[in-house]
Order: sequence, then structure tokens, then C-alpha cells
Amino acid sequence: MYLAVFGALPFGLPEVDVISITINGEKHDLDVPGEMPLLWAIRDVVGLTGTKFGCGASQCGCCTVHLEEAAVRSCVTPCSAADGKSVTTIEALGTPDQPHPLQAAWIAEEVPQCGYCQSGQLMAISALLKKNPHPTDADLADSITNICRCGTYGRIRKAVARATGGGQSS
Amino acid sequence: MTAINRADFVRLGSLFAGSLVLGFGADGCANQSASTPETTGFKPNAWLIVHPDEKVTIFVNKSEMGQGVATGMPTIVADELDIPFSSVVLEFAPAADVYQGPGFNQQITGGSFSTPSLWMPLRTAGATARAILVAAAAKQWGVDSSTLTTKNGVVIDAKNNRTATYGSLAAAAASIPAPAKVTLKTPDQFTLIGKQNARIDTPLKVNGTAKYGIDVRVPGMKFASVLYPPVFGAKVRSFDATKAKQVPGVTDVVQIPSGVAVVATNSWAAFQGKAALEVAYDNGPFATQNTDSLKSRFLELAHSGEGSVVAVARGAKSVAGKQLEATYFGYPASHTQMEPMNATASVTDDGVEIWAPTQAQTKAQQYAAKIAGVAPEKVQVHTTYLGGAFGRRLYWDYTNDAVEVSKAIKAPVQVIWQREDDIQHDWYKPMAANRVSGVLDGNGSLVAMEHTVVMDSILLPLDQALTNGLDSVSMDSVMNTAYEIPNLHAYWVNPKSGVPAGSLRAPGANWNTFVMESFIDELAHTAGKDPLEFRLALLQKNPRAQTVLRTVAKNASWGSPAAGTKHGIALGFWNGTSVATVAEVSMNGSMPSVHRAFVVADVGRAVNPTIVLQQLEGATNYGLGMALWGLITIKDGAVQQHNFYDYKVLRIDEAPQVYAAMIESSGNPTGIGEPATVTIGPAVANAVFALNGKRARVLPFSEAYT
Repeated sequence: MYLAVFGALPFGLPEVDVISITINGEKHDLDVPGEMPLLWAIRDVVGLTGTKFGCGASQCGCCTVHLEEAAVRSCVTPCSAADGKSVTTIEALGTPDQPHPLQAAWIAEEVPQCGYCQSGQLMAISALLKKNPHPTDADLADSITNICRCGTYGRIRKAVARATGGGQSS
Repeated sequence: MTAINRADFVRLGSLFAGSLVLGFGADGCANQSASTPETTGFKPNAWLIVHPDEKVTIFVNKSEMGQGVATGMPTIVADELDIPFSSVVLEFAPAADVYQGPGFNQQITGGSFSTPSLWMPLRTAGATARAILVAAAAKQWGVDSSTLTTKNGVVIDAKNNRTATYGSLAAAAASIPAPAKVTLKTPDQFTLIGKQNARIDTPLKVNGTAKYGIDVRVPGMKFASVLYPPVFGAKVRSFDATKAKQVPGVTDVVQIPSGVAVVATNSWAAFQGKAALEVAYDNGPFATQNTDSLKSRFLELAHSGEGSVVAVARGAKSVAGKQLEATYFGYPASHTQMEPMNATASVTDDGVEIWAPTQAQTKAQQYAAKIAGVAPEKVQVHTTYLGGAFGRRLYWDYTNDAVEVSKAIKAPVQVIWQREDDIQHDWYKPMAANRVSGVLDGNGSLVAMEHTVVMDSILLPLDQALTNGLDSVSMDSVMNTAYEIPNLHAYWVNPKSGVPAGSLRAPGANWNTFVMESFIDELAHTAGKDPLEFRLALLQKNPRAQTVLRTVAKNASWGSPAAGTKHGIALGFWNGTSVATVAEVSMNGSMPSVHRAFVVADVGRAVNPTIVLQQLEGATNYGLGMALWGLITIKDGAVQQHNFYDYKVLRIDEAPQVYAAMIESSGNPTGIGEPATVTIGPAVANAVFALNGKRARVLPFSEAYT
């Protein structure tokens, strides 16, 4: 607004380069370049390491978080795009007492092997459930592009079916 | 997480009772185990500590990369110790002599060998601890040990109606010598083996708390990324770091033997600085190489056999009958494990500390000691969870780099690779060319085979010597084929290609099984026989393999594929495990589409049945993705692929439903992490042949069916 009205910052106002992001309900004023990918602010600046680095190119989905309600690949989402917004990471998807239904299903179906991609899988599919509460296997094939190199895809399908009360897994 | 200076674990062994034990806990934090300096824990051996609070720390000397050792090993110990699984506290063992072997002269996780090799040592360790705890109770109560029993971590004196928990006996047990001999449970007495299905690490892996190498945080640490010369064998001639140092957050730029490291306060700044480096290279002779020149040379060698080493010479070389010959060619493939390579190191005047997702603790320790100029005992190696490995982390290039950079900047540092570094600087599944011929007798039986394998050595880059000039890993599944072929001649040619050749999930076998099982299929069709029956006839002395084949055929309804699909079958072996796959396939354009995959393995005995099935499912998907698209090409000496946009891997949309089943036949577990990788590729190729008569003699299929 100042820029629009005055064409320049008013004299005397200190220049600040702080990006304010609410992560898992906690507000963080981050002194980071606006173009820094959100992933690295979360991991290396804030120190939440549940969100993983896999490719840096929006290919694998290990870094998936929720920006407001939507799943985003945080490795290519600049911090500036999250300024003033709320971000949810795997650490806040559920709690030990109240796990997200997908987390409970992941445990019941023993989905993870190495586990490295599973934060991203859970964040991607939990966001999908907000739009589509009962995804079929075909819906998962259409919507979920997260890579799992351990190949847990069959158990992911079963766990999603279990969590959503579906019977779509063949 | 806080970094704690840890005492030397080995030395602790002798003065353990009542002392402090530190390690790297399952939550990944450098932590102090449940035992405190003031309490007395009972540590009968290197594998476990019984704490007064009834918890039992179990040390896992193998790396947890998804294959389940962090659950399986404690299951074995806990069963013989006779405690509930809920009492187990997992601790990854440090690098130490006591944790080397058996079967290896180093601490290493590979070969699907962890459970088979540790099955008896871990049972013995648990049973010994149990016997001592019983002896402690007997002494306390003044009765004979033989009158006492145990259950769920409690010693029971049924006759006198009294009990004592293991925790309450820990202090007394510490002064009781181990018996010379212990009695192991009989299988019907197992409480956990074969019954424990939940993984110890699953809860941590669904809430983001499992700590991988990339998650290690040490006070004062920095982040670094290394620019490696793109051309294999190239060296940095000079570099200009001016622009790199202008990137906010970059603190240092240092040259190390492998390249130029950019050090920063966060990973992203390190990547930005790396991109801003200006480097000149001395490229060396490999810069003239490309995929086509390498391929031509491999195929020539397969036909000339120049420089070949005899691997098998059984029976006659010239056998009468109907002869079939084929040449197969495989492109290199990359591991692309999910967690990019990384390691954290701290070099100080006191020694070296390394935190790494490594499969090779001893090698990491030995090489770090050389770099830092200290004795290996001065190098502590803490193993984190591994975000996949598939053999990539058997090497020590990444731990070396962390040690080099920490030494240069005199601060703890995490060296982190970008995906492009991973794909361009892998130890690849080697390029290979195989020439194979077979002779069918008048009955259509395979009576002779001659097989030349051109493949770089897999053992040499692992610091393993060859025996009689032969690489038995590069020749796996050819020289030791289970098929009963009376006349077999096999040769190995080491092409010394200059491409880093590595160990990738069932190394050697994953390619050679593709050739063998495709060629067996060719022979079966030439003989006019059913591919299943043709194989069974060659396995007269191998009832386990026969059962595996018959079971997978039954599960898949072999001979009756779903409408619009065809079946292909393949059999494989990996370190004692027989595995067979039937793939149900249709074509999607020029590429196969796998609808369902049926896989069966004879695992001897399952310690954790769910983990066995997980591994069969996962290895099938891993092998399928690699067979479909696993393609590394080289231009002017450098890898042309960069990231998952040009190195395609399997995603959920193309993942078949995998129907895995196991057979328990022998009483002793065999390995399960790798075997099912090898059979899915040839099973799919054989199904494609059944569909359209096209024979894939090239991997991946993206290069075969075009």
C-alpha cells in the first residue's frame, strides 16, 4: 500500500525482509529470501524434518505439505507464496492420541518400508480426501504422483480403502 | 537433538555393569538409553541390555533401509529371551568389531544376508541372557535352575508360587557367568518368530519422527553440497568461487578430492552457491565415450570372448542337437533410492564422528580414519534410518565427502546431494552384454549351454577381491544356475568400461536372471513345450524350486490368463531363496502393462511374515520399474539423465496389484530383501512374447519394444 500511495517507503521506516508463515499453528517470522523454497525454510530454518527432500523439481512429492487446504510441493513453492498463510506438515497431520485416519490405516496395513516418502504420501492423500472423501484406486492413479521407491503402492491402496471405508482395493 | 560425546562402545563392553551406554536411538536422536549411569543394566553380550525398568535394549548392527531388520532382529532376540515385543527398545549399533560378520569381514548390510546369518547368533544371545536371568533367580531363591520357567519377561517358580521380573534380576544377573551351553527354543515354543507382524518403525514413519541421515542436526553444523565433475574420471582443474560466495548464506567454498564443496547455513543456499560455481575440468580419457561406443564394444566382447575368464566348465563343449543362440544387452540403471545421498561428519582433534544412512559402517569408518589421519577406533559411526538404499549406500563416497568438508572447515557439516548428483554419480547397475547358446536334444530337453557375460566387476569397487580372477557377483545366476544342465560352459569378460559399476538390489542376478529366464523361455518355445513344464524338468533335484514354481502357477491360474492378457513366468534365486513370478500383461501401445503380478518365495522360515510379503511386493515393483524404464545413457563421458522427469520410475498409476505368497520349508530363514527384484522383468518379457511374438533382448523395455 505504501508503495502504491507514495511510490517509496516512507522515510524512517526500517526495511524489513521478514516472511511470516504459520506452520502447524505456530507463527514464524522468517528472515529468509522470498524465493527460498518453503521446504528448506521448514527443514533447515524452522527445524521440522518430517517433510522430506527428494528431487527439488516437483517430481517425487516427498516434500508435500498443505498450504492452507491444498497439497503443494514445498521444494518448488517459494516462501513468498506462503507469506501470511498457514502451512501444515506431517508433524501436525494427527497427534499420538488422535492420529489422522490415514495414519491409523497406514499402521494397520503396515504400509511403510523405508518410510522416507510416506510423509509426502500422507500429506498428498489427506489433501485429496478433502475434495474426494472416498477415492477409488483409479482416483489414486489419476491424482497421486508421489514416488515410492520401495513400491508400497498396493498397501497404500488398501490403507486408503480402509481409512475411507471403501472397498475399492481389488 | 543434542550431540553427546560418546564413549567408545567397544571398551564399554568390559566394564559395562552399572555404566553408561549411549547410542543412536530409534527416534534418530543421539540419546542415552533407558539405563542411566546410576542404574545397573544387565548386558550379557553385545546384543542386548536388560534394564531394571523391564525395558530391553536390543542392538541392531544392520542398517534399516526398509527391509525390516530393525524389527526382525529384535524379534529373534526377544523370542529366545522370552520377553514381550513391547519391552524392546531399538538401538542401532555403532561401528565396532563385535558387530562385523558373520559371513563378512566388515559391518555391512547386503546380500539379503542379515537374517540368515544372524539367525543363530541372535537366538543364542537371547537364550544365553535368559539362562543367566534364570540362574540369578535360582541363586536368589536357593533352588535349582531346572525347576524354573520363564514367560513374558518373568522368571517363574511354579512349585513355590513366586515370580521375579527380569528387571528385578538385572543387577544380580550381571555377576553370574554365562553358561557354556544354552538350550534354544523349539519352534513350537516361539512366541514372536513367525507371529510378530507389526514393524517397530511403522509409527515413526507415519508421523514424521523417524530420523534419516538428512534429518541429523548437530549443534553448529553447516550444510554443504559438492559439485562433482560430470565426466567419469574427470578432475577439477580450477574454479572461481566469486559468484558462489555472493549467495546469501554461503560461508565457504572448498576443494575436496571429489569436487568443489559449497558450504552454507542451509541446504538451499549450498545448492544456489553450487550452481554459481565456475569450474574448469581435466576430463580425461572417458570424455570420448558415449552409450553407442560402449554398447558396440560390449557386444563385440560378448562375441569374441576376448580376455574372458572361465567361470564354469562342465561336460562337453560340443553337443549334438538343435542349437539356439541369442545376444542380450542391458543398459545401466540407477538406484534412485528415495533419500538423496548424504552424510554428516564432525572432525575434531579428538577424532571423527559420522552420522549417516550407510550400509557400510566399517568402510565408512576406515576411510574416514585415513582422511582425518586418526586410528579407526577414533571414528564413531552412527547409523540413522536409511531412506532406501538398494545397494547404493554400500559405498563410502558420501561419508568421505562429509569428512573431507568437515576437516576443511573445522566444523560439523552435512553434505547433501541433489537428485541430479544421485542420478549422475551413482554406482550403477552395470551395462551388460550376454551371448548365450543352448542345445536341445531329440526330446526337447536342454542338454548344453554356453554363456558369456560382459559386465564390469561389481566386487572390485566394493573393495572385495576377486577369486581366481572371477567376479562371482557379476556372474551370479549364470555360473550357479539351479537348472540341471549337464554341459555348461560360462565365461566372464571384464570390460573395464569406466562407468562406475555397482551393487544394485540382487546385483548381477537382476540382469543375468533376465537373460537366463528369457532364454529358457525361448528354448521352451523352440522345443514346443510349456514354459512352466520345461523349467520343472530342469529342476529334478530341486524340490524347493519346483514347489515355488508350482505354487505361483497355481496362484496365478497359469494357463488361464484374464481376458485380453497373457501370462509370463520366471524363476530366480538369490542367496538361498527361490522365487518365482507370473506376470499378467497386456500391451499399452508398444509398452507392456502389468495388471497383476503373482510372486512366491521359499523363505525357509519367516521371522516376520508381513515384512516378507512387503519385500516381495516392493521388490516386484522396484524390478518392474527398472525393467520398464531403467535407462542411463552416456554422452561425451557424462550421464544424460538428471531427475525423475528424465529417469522414469514406477508410480501408483502403473503399479500392478502384487499377490505375494511365501513358502516356509526348511526351519531356517533365508534372505528376502532382494530376490523378487529379479523375476518380474523376465516374467513380463515372456508374457509379451506370448502376446505378440516380440522377444525383448534388451533392457529396459522402453529400448526393447520401440
